[in-house]
Amino acid sequence: MTDARILTEETPKRSGAFSRWLSMLWADKFAFFAAIFLLIVLLCAILGPYFLGDAANKMNLRGRNAAPFHLRHGIMYVLGADALGRPLLARVIVAAQNTILVAAAAVCASALLGSALGLVAGYSRRSAAQWIMRLGDVIMSFPSLLLAVIVLYMLEPSVANIVLVLAITRIPIYLRTSRAETLEIRERMFVQAAKVMGASNTRIIFRHILPVMLPTLVTIATLDFAFVMLAESSLSFLGLGIQAPEITWGLMVSQGRPYLTNAWWLSFWPGLAIILTTLSLNLLSNWMRIALDPTQRWRLEMGGRKNG
Amino acid sequence: MADHLLEVKDLSVEFHTAAGTVKAVQNVSWHLDRGETLAILGESGSGKSVSASAVMNLIDMPPGKITSGTILLDGRDMLKMTPEERRAINGAKIAMIFQDPLAHLNPVYQVGWQIAEMMTTHGESAENAKSRARDLLKRVGIPDPDAAMRKYPFQFSGGQRQRLMIAMALACKPDILIADEPTTALDVTIQAQVLALLDELQQETGMGMLLITHDLGVVAEIADRVVVMNAGNIVETGDAAEVYRNPKHAYTRKLIDAAPGKGEMPDERDRSGAPLLRAVGLEKNYGAFQALKGVDLTIMPGETVAVVGESGSGKSTLARAILRLDDPDSGKVLYNDRDLLTISDKELFGLRRDLQMVFQDPTQSLNPRMTVFQLISEAWVIHPSILPKPQWKERVAELLVKVGLRPEMASRYPHQFSGGQRQRIAIARALAMEPKLIVCDEAVSALDVSIQAQVIELLDGLRREFGLSYLFIAHDLPVVRDFADRVIVMRAGEIVEEGPVRQIFEAPRQPYTQALLAASLDPDPVVQAARRDARQQQKGLMPA
Amino acid sequence: MRSFLGKRAIASGVSLLGLIVLVFFLSRLTGDPTNLYLPLDASTEAREQFREMHGFNDPLIVQFGRYVADLAQLNFGQSLRQARPAMEVVIEAFGWTLCLAAVTMTIVTVSAIVIGSLAAFRVGGIFDRMATFFSLVGASAPDFWLAIVAIVIFAVNLHWLPTSGTGSVAHWILPVSVLFIRPFGLILQVVRGSMINVLSSAYVKTARAKGVRSRSIIFVHGLRNAMLPVITVIGDQAASILNGAVVVETVFGFPGIGKLMIDSILLRDFTVVLAVIMVSALAIFIMNLLIDLAYAMLDPRIRY
Repeated sequence: MTDARILTEETPKRSGAFSRWLSMLWADKFAFFAAIFLLIVLLCAILGPYFLGDAANKMNLRGRNAAPFHLRHGIMYVLGADALGRPLLARVIVAAQNTILVAAAAVCASALLGSALGLVAGYSRRSAAQWIMRLGDVIMSFPSLLLAVIVLYMLEPSVANIVLVLAITRIPIYLRTSRAETLEIRERMFVQAAKVMGASNTRIIFRHILPVMLPTLVTIATLDFAFVMLAESSLSFLGLGIQAPEITWGLMVSQGRPYLTNAWWLSFWPGLAIILTTLSLNLLSNWMRIALDPTQRWRLEMGGRKNG
Repeated sequence: MADHLLEVKDLSVEFHTAAGTVKAVQNVSWHLDRGETLAILGESGSGKSVSASAVMNLIDMPPGKITSGTILLDGRDMLKMTPEERRAINGAKIAMIFQDPLAHLNPVYQVGWQIAEMMTTHGESAENAKSRARDLLKRVGIPDPDAAMRKYPFQFSGGQRQRLMIAMALACKPDILIADEPTTALDVTIQAQVLALLDELQQETGMGMLLITHDLGVVAEIADRVVVMNAGNIVETGDAAEVYRNPKHAYTRKLIDAAPGKGEMPDERDRSGAPLLRAVGLEKNYGAFQALKGVDLTIMPGETVAVVGESGSGKSTLARAILRLDDPDSGKVLYNDRDLLTISDKELFGLRRDLQMVFQDPTQSLNPRMTVFQLISEAWVIHPSILPKPQWKERVAELLVKVGLRPEMASRYPHQFSGGQRQRIAIARALAMEPKLIVCDEAVSALDVSIQAQVIELLDGLRREFGLSYLFIAHDLPVVRDFADRVIVMRAGEIVEEGPVRQIFEAPRQPYTQALLAASLDPDPVVQAARRDARQQQKGLMPA
Repeated sequence: MRSFLGKRAIASGVSLLGLIVLVFFLSRLTGDPTNLYLPLDASTEAREQFREMHGFNDPLIVQFGRYVADLAQLNFGQSLRQARPAMEVVIEAFGWTLCLAAVTMTIVTVSAIVIGSLAAFRVGGIFDRMATFFSLVGASAPDFWLAIVAIVIFAVNLHWLPTSGTGSVAHWILPVSVLFIRPFGLILQVVRGSMINVLSSAYVKTARAKGVRSRSIIFVHGLRNAMLPVITVIGDQAASILNGAVVVETVFGFPGIGKLMIDSILLRDFTVVLAVIMVSALAIFIMNLLIDLAYAMLDPRIRY
């Protein structure tokens, strides 16, 4: 029995699922720090307003446009202060909540709806599939930001409306991806095998197609999170996003714009927050593309061994 | 003056992979002379292609690394040459053709250009290259060479594409042609033609030919000498006929014994009584293409019926139609006097468990994200009446043992197994349904010969144990010879001939069956040589 | 080919129609533009006359009917703000944006393809890592922020470049550079990924066995195959450069379609907004056609 050669070194370590992922993350240093940074941002978004909500709105007229890197006014002023003397560090932390919340809500909504529609479009052979794809084409046939600008101007910019507009404009991405994947996976042998066993459509979709497709969708959603954040920031910057006194990073950049020549830090820090968060998301998504693909994963496992 | 045209001495190559360093070949030595054909014979993972890749400078470094050895071309060590010198040799002095010609031809360029590029790369003028490309197309037997020059690879058939590759390889009149599994992806009749062409071209040019193959039949047909490889080592080398007659190494002997088509053929069975399954007048069209043109077939309980045909014969469509993976356009599939094509979904669901399937490629037919336990027990999730949940674990272990695996493998994922083991898992999954009939769609054709023999043995044992029936789809006649009770030969959607296995092999009535049998290669070089002579004579006798 | 074109045209037409209806009705609900255009102390009669002149007194459905009837004769209405045909205003602005987008996309495409291909040739090498990292940073940068930071550095502090306008080549440098960064990062990533796939393909192995030179392998055998997925992304990015244009044109005071759009919305110049929508939809439709043509040209297997 030659084919009974067992790959002994691959005996699964039951305890180590979490630590295995961690070591794969460690193998890609960029992704590792990106993940840590995102964790910090997430903590800021959840806890920031609770602890620093007051500090972020406390005006200090003597500290108007205070320059960064001085501890004169306290640790909160280390990044400087805005035109009303409010500490920028606290404001950047507090603004994380709205920024992340809007992006997360929009991404979740569009990912869920888009992939569900894509699955139906890919799996069913009825004409409904054609209509769903046309819907995607319709949304894609117009630049998303222009669309958002128009709709938001007419609908009054509120959090719900922004989420709605962003979610709608992103649906086609998931729709197309999940349809293409479904079409491909549907023809794979293991789906045929399940059919021969008499598996129902629900079982085939949820047990066989979705798990295979999920990594791709998660990777895309991570990338898209960055895109949606940038779009929300652009809208806020144009004055069509979230309105003061609520704050987001994009709005802070816009508020600092009149003071650019004498107080660059007003716009600089929130902009840096945006760039670092989107960069982290991009790096993490790059890592996921490899880590979630069983045929590519060895690159990380090998690297981990070498470095560890 | 060098001793040999090409000589590989003590070559060792390593690859760095996830599982650590893999020694692909160790201290391999062989040589090739002008006008001779050397075959490197080995199964997958034996390292049979590695030394050829090293000759062509096709090993990616890293992850690959040549740790020792020399490669002498006319006495000069190629491993000490500059990349530019190596490049100038590739194509001009040593050319190579590959297994899958569609993938190996650039899909977006015209074939005429691709053949001419071989010559322009090595200094020929564009005009000369073009006219010679035309002549080459004509020489390798491509119809209408002028039009073919402007066509793209996807517009040719599989056999023609391999001819294109050959034309391209011979463009610069190389001293050596390396052919890596050149006919593996081709139908047997086409394989015979391509091998004959290679033989002719070698006679014409006197080039040395290195043939890499897993197929003893190909060795028997075309090779002068053979090098047998296993797990990165050369286990035996010598004259092809001599090695076949007197294999010295145990591995070589095992390979020769595993070659299909030598065992006792089963006796004819009594076919009276009620059939298990009967298909009547099955037709299926894909657009204008008629895949099935009215096919009838009967399977008796406990019987193995083989359906043999080349690509496009409709044999897989037939299997899929019987299991209702694709609904045929017309006809009946009667099982227990019920027509599977017209019964309700509910009734079909009940009958599903009686009819199971084992697919060609176990890598693809097992969901990569499910454990072996989940894969096998899925049968009982879908049909809870077969087995109550508390017994699942025990039964999975039982089934794994039955197919020659170990119970503790239940928690692993498919990618942790070898190809043969995966096919065993797929068989266990089919058995979990306790079926009456298993349809095997090319179930062993993706496996190595020695594994193939084991899996067929397993299937045969299960048949005796459970009284199973098989519908066995295959493209190759020898595979079904010592396993099937009845053979159906299909061509272009129709049944050409049907009969007991002995009659088909010993007294085929139809010319197509005879041609198929004649084209399939015997592993014995002596038998193959005799057939070759017979063919030559026939050609000679035929009026010009 | 014709049925394919037809399907595309219908999808675009439907979306355009839907958008026009939506914008037309919603826009009339957001308020009366009269107050924005007449002086505060204008008499009630003057206001009434203004409304009468522009037809704001009729029921909405009548206004819409009139608008559609005008459209049928290719009359896109008058711009309230500039008192000239709306389409004229839009086409003028569109010319500027088209120039901006064309210049940017040309530079983006050429540089992303060359750098991405070279990065893919030695995966994991220093050049590859630099290219990957900087393209990721580029793809992550918010364009409005880059724009104002660039103004502070190059215009305000260093006085090298003007802050806004279109007069000379110098005026174009900042807007083009800012617009360049994101599509460049995204396209480079796709070129690299696609090229890596192609370079590990069987036909590249054949080319190596033929002794073809590395340069030819990348740019002759590899590139044409690698371009297929890249083309799609180039198309998407070319379309979404209109997105970037909204921000960049606003910041740099560039008289293109993005700035026109924002200004017209803020001033309730709805005929212009509608005209902008129609022109951009047409532009994207043509863009998509060009992409499909490019596909068919690059890959002989694709026929519509």
